[in-house]
Amino acid sequence: MKEGLRQSMAWVHTWSGLLVCWLLLLVFMGGTAAYYKHEITFWMKPELHKAADAPSRVAPSESATLAVRELQQRAPTANAWFLDLPHERNPLIYASWTNPPKKGMTREERRAAFRTQNFTLDPMTGEKTAAPRDTRGGEFLYRLHFDLYYMSAIWGRWIVGVAAMFMLVAIVSGVITHKRIFKDFFTFRPKKGQRSWLDAHNATAVLALPFHLMITYTGIVTLMFMYMPAPTKALYGTEQNTMFSEVFPNAERVKPAKEFAPLADIAPMLLQAERAWGQAPSRVVVTNPNDANARVELHRPTGQQLSNIEPTMTFDGASGAQLSGAKPLSTSLDARAAIYGLHVAHFADPLLRALFFVCGLAGTAMVATGALLWGVKERQKYAKVVARGGRVGFGVRLVDALNIGAIAGLPIAFAAYFWANRLLPVEMASRTNAEANWFFIAWGLAALLAQVRPTRMMWRIQLTVGAVMLAGIPVLNAFTTDTHLGVTLFGGPGLRPVAAFDLVVLALGLLLGWAAWWLGRKAKKQAAAKQPATTQSTPLEAA
Amino acid sequence: MTTLTWRYRGGVAARTVAAIGGGYVLTSIASALIAIALPLPRADAVSIATLLSFVVYTCVILWVFATGSALRAWIGVVASSAVLGALLWWIVGRTA
Repeated sequence: MKEGLRQSMAWVHTWSGLLVCWLLLLVFMGGTAAYYKHEITFWMKPELHKAADAPSRVAPSESATLAVRELQQRAPTANAWFLDLPHERNPLIYASWTNPPKKGMTREERRAAFRTQNFTLDPMTGEKTAAPRDTRGGEFLYRLHFDLYYMSAIWGRWIVGVAAMFMLVAIVSGVITHKRIFKDFFTFRPKKGQRSWLDAHNATAVLALPFHLMITYTGIVTLMFMYMPAPTKALYGTEQNTMFSEVFPNAERVKPAKEFAPLADIAPMLLQAERAWGQAPSRVVVTNPNDANARVELHRPTGQQLSNIEPTMTFDGASGAQLSGAKPLSTSLDARAAIYGLHVAHFADPLLRALFFVCGLAGTAMVATGALLWGVKERQKYAKVVARGGRVGFGVRLVDALNIGAIAGLPIAFAAYFWANRLLPVEMASRTNAEANWFFIAWGLAALLAQVRPTRMMWRIQLTVGAVMLAGIPVLNAFTTDTHLGVTLFGGPGLRPVAAFDLVVLALGLLLGWAAWWLGRKAKKQAAAKQPATTQSTPLEAA
Repeated sequence: MTTLTWRYRGGVAARTVAAIGGGYVLTSIASALIAIALPLPRADAVSIATLLSFVVYTCVILWVFATGSALRAWIGVVASSAVLGALLWWIVGRTA
């Protein structure tokens, strides 16, 4: 590290990137998918597709009234009701509630209870739809990308946070390393082994550099008070809760008065909000329903502003009177909310969301090409050893195997999750866990096989399996549901997300298939080149 | 293949600890000081200082690996932590 700034930065870039790249691939892929978590969830609940086929022609205030009537029957004494009303990305009415926690319930049990406390209404008829299969849908992928799985969320968040910090260091040191960052972007030298991988890495990295830098930093910011508690300690001492209520002033909670008061009609409240915003609310939260201290909170639909804290309007649930609105945030708190908002991209319209999705894929490609590049470079040090019939070092073998497991294995895991959603019996007990387990069973198998034989053949096998499984999803969908591409492509706008999901996985499958084919062709060429000149040393490329 | 000397390995290990552990301590102290120094309401000062801390941390980590020797990296991190820490201790003691 004495060789000068650029060399030492190159070293930092290599190692901070390599050490966490396989975890980062999971985080990137999960996060990229999470941009469409609503659509994924909808795809994973085919029972709802039929009801969503026709666009809603019912006014939101009517939808809300229908849902409240149903909630009054089902859960009149709940802690809170949550209503998602139909809007652009949501064709149906989703309602759920939380009950006062029973004594002695574990967190798992409470969570399991919450999952069953919901229903879906068809906004056209106000009728309840068929009960969808039990699945966490896109929520699983979203949580996976910062909570991980099979461990407490706190552990997962710390692990992902450390990885994100490594990533931030890798990005900044990578930029310092590349003095010709602009020129590098326009440089691609295909079929040149290591050069090509380097060029590919540079192109994917630089192309979406603002996105990578933004997404990594803002990702850390989403949980910043946990990762860096020192400023809070300095100004608030041990009163962390005071800090939270000051930094997030909207999260005010009202205790129930334990005094019965019927909930006022919420239709006028919705109309008032609609007049104020020029747009109907997308979400209604009723806390302490049928209590003298009931509150009705209306949320403006997302997509209007950068900040992740959309304006709300609060009403007294008993009298129906509007309460004084929440104080506007100060500029610095607003700035933080905007930085947070950039990460989750709720503001993005369909085109911008698609761009974020593509940037997420580019990020995945950047991490993947970086990981491959290390293997390619390191392998060259063993060129002579291998030419004499020796073996590559342990490190290279390990990295190769981890690369196969993460780059080729992860798509298999994602596909397995979707296959499990369609193939597991609908009435199965703890179905949500089984779906998630299949994600990890598939990934575990792929990673294990890769460790046993990290060869080019293994690359081709796993890429092909991933390609077939992803591209096979539309076919699977045709066999297991009534809403396959033949229907969704020509159906109402409510079915567009289903069609889009099928088409995107098909495209990703074809991409993996192309990669597998390309590897095979390369292997053949090399074998052919080897035949006539046996004295020549074997060309060495990892993939 | 170049074989790595133990001296080199030790240097890398020392720098890694200085960057990750020492960098975190230094960043914590610095961001606490920024939070106190900002002439803003508490909620704003805390938010800005915490937002900045990750930039500070990144810079410290990169400096630790960029500087001439592991020893210098350690001296830099420890000395600045000590000076800023003493300042923080003095301010907190005065206001308490």
